[in-house]
Amino acid sequence: MNMPTDQAALDALIRQRIDEILPQKLEELRAAKTASLAIIATKGTLDWAYPPFILGSTAAALGWDVSIFFTFYGLNLLKKDVSDLKVSPLGNPGMPMKMPFGPDWFKGINWNIPNILQAGIPGFESVATLLMKQTIRNNGVASIEELRALSREADVKMIACQMTVDLFGFSHDDFIDGLDYAGAATFLPVAQQSDVCLFM
Amino acid sequence: MNFDKELDAKGLNCPLPILRAKKALAEMASGQVLRIMATDPGSVKDFAAFAKQTGNELLSTAEHGKEFEFYIKRK
Repeated sequence: MNMPTDQAALDALIRQRIDEILPQKLEELRAAKTASLAIIATKGTLDWAYPPFILGSTAAALGWDVSIFFTFYGLNLLKKDVSDLKVSPLGNPGMPMKMPFGPDWFKGINWNIPNILQAGIPGFESVATLLMKQTIRNNGVASIEELRALSREADVKMIACQMTVDLFGFSHDDFIDGLDYAGAATFLPVAQQSDVCLFM
Repeated sequence: MNFDKELDAKGLNCPLPILRAKKALAEMASGQVLRIMATDPGSVKDFAAFAKQTGNELLSTAEHGKEFEFYIKRK
């Protein structure tokens, strides 16, 4: 019989074989696994509508499994009509205030309008949103409607937070079809299994 | 270079060129080549990453002034 009699020698042999085999095995497992992305979308403004749909649709294009959990103001991104999403420059010093039309020297001006004026002028947000939408079009950036449609086409799983639906007095009729309505207990296990998990 | 399908992604910005390319490739047969024209400077790195992740082969990347040309072979 060719049995190793020495336990230490057997252990050493096993360890040596594991070292030889394991890296390749791990690489095989990694390559065979479908990557996954889980996003929590909590904001309901035009600017914050972009990150979840851009990253979600792109990850889906890369072949990843994608789930997005929409909660609190993020629910606004699931409404049938998202044309009323707005962006506010008020209290947002990071937002460039530039005109999307006119000669280049004019477009280059950053209009530094004090918060107190922004807050006091009626319709300021609507005008800022109009200008932002024009800038988006000028730069060949997709609309939210388009990115959302592309995300749905690519089987991005969208979960609406039922608690917030009740809290804000929405009904399921306000939202697009094909959503799952669930809560934190449903999303957390999805997040736990994901390779990338982002809060937005 | 010969190609089977062409995608004009000029004027489109991130992530639209990638999403359109993904869609175009899905309608093609294995081994067929897609030619993509784009103007987004970010698309150079993005298409390289897209090819690496999806297993479709990026055959070539070329720059013509402000335009970029990609050839991707469907896996």
